[in-house]
Amino acid sequence: MDDQEFIVEVVLENKKAARDPVGTTIQKDLLAKKGYDDISSVRSGQYLRIKLRADSEQDAREIVDKMCNELRIFNPVTQNLTILKVSKP
Amino acid sequence: MTIKIAVIQFPGANCDLDTIHVLNNIIGIEASLIWHNHFKEAEFDGCVLPGGFSFGDYLRSGIIAAHSPSIDEARIMLKDGRPIIGICNGFQILTEAQFLPGALLRNESLKFVCKWVNIKVENNATAFTNKMRVGDNLAIPIAHGEGRYFTDKLKELEENNQIVFRYVNESGEITDEANPNGSMDNIAGICNLERNCVGLMPHPERASEEILSPKKTTHGRLFFDSMVEFIKRRTS
Repeated sequence: MDDQEFIVEVVLENKKAARDPVGTTIQKDLLAKKGYDDISSVRSGQYLRIKLRADSEQDAREIVDKMCNELRIFNPVTQNLTILKVSKP
Repeated sequence: MTIKIAVIQFPGANCDLDTIHVLNNIIGIEASLIWHNHFKEAEFDGCVLPGGFSFGDYLRSGIIAAHSPSIDEARIMLKDGRPIIGICNGFQILTEAQFLPGALLRNESLKFVCKWVNIKVENNATAFTNKMRVGDNLAIPIAHGEGRYFTDKLKELEENNQIVFRYVNESGEITDEANPNGSMDNIAGICNLERNCVGLMPHPERASEEILSPKKTTHGRLFFDSMVEFIKRRTS
């Protein structure tokens, strides 16, 4: 029964081998220049907050994972996809 | 024979009419502007995915367009060996649709770069380069924010001779300074294994008439003249 609503939070991030000039600029040109020397790396990404109905938390996670893989919501050549969290609204 | 080419129009395209103009009025073939949902591959000898934007370039440039019905049609054309070129946003669509390997990432500088550059021909055995010579240095403009070519299969691309163009300086040397976007190995354009599909970030349709070129060059014409030659050879 698809009678529960879930929120699945997903992050898409460039793979290590693909340089991330946005993260590098934040770290080098802002943080380091303003004295935050302890910050050694910043990586930027995209965040998606997906609301859906599913049978269970596990089911919601699987639907989103399948959808992201099938439709190339993330580009496997350059990006990794991480499901950060599944929660109820 | 009348050569019929489809220029596929996605919402947000802005180089579609320039391409139509060059194909119809400069090259002298029959090019039609086809809305992406209306494209039927059987009616055409080849197709162009023009530059601009598609679907706001949301999520990633080209990914939404890559799921359009026109790409299913174009896939039939691809397998049949007919010529397909993706220019700028069209190149991004071709990589997202997996017609071509790799991906186009945000420019290293994080800036939109619009200027004339030089590219060197690395492979002249494709549907869009057969009128060029290997080593030719072409003057051609770029205009993009996401053109940094990336692949996790660089060695494979090199071995298969799929790198078609590299950014070079005016003397034809591959240098970091000549690389406008941080592309891996200065790659500006690539092709598929079968050589009938080419994608590149530079705009040949903006480099096909003397009046548009700072040096009165018309190197862009060579792409489309090559396509005509390829179609003639294929169908003769």
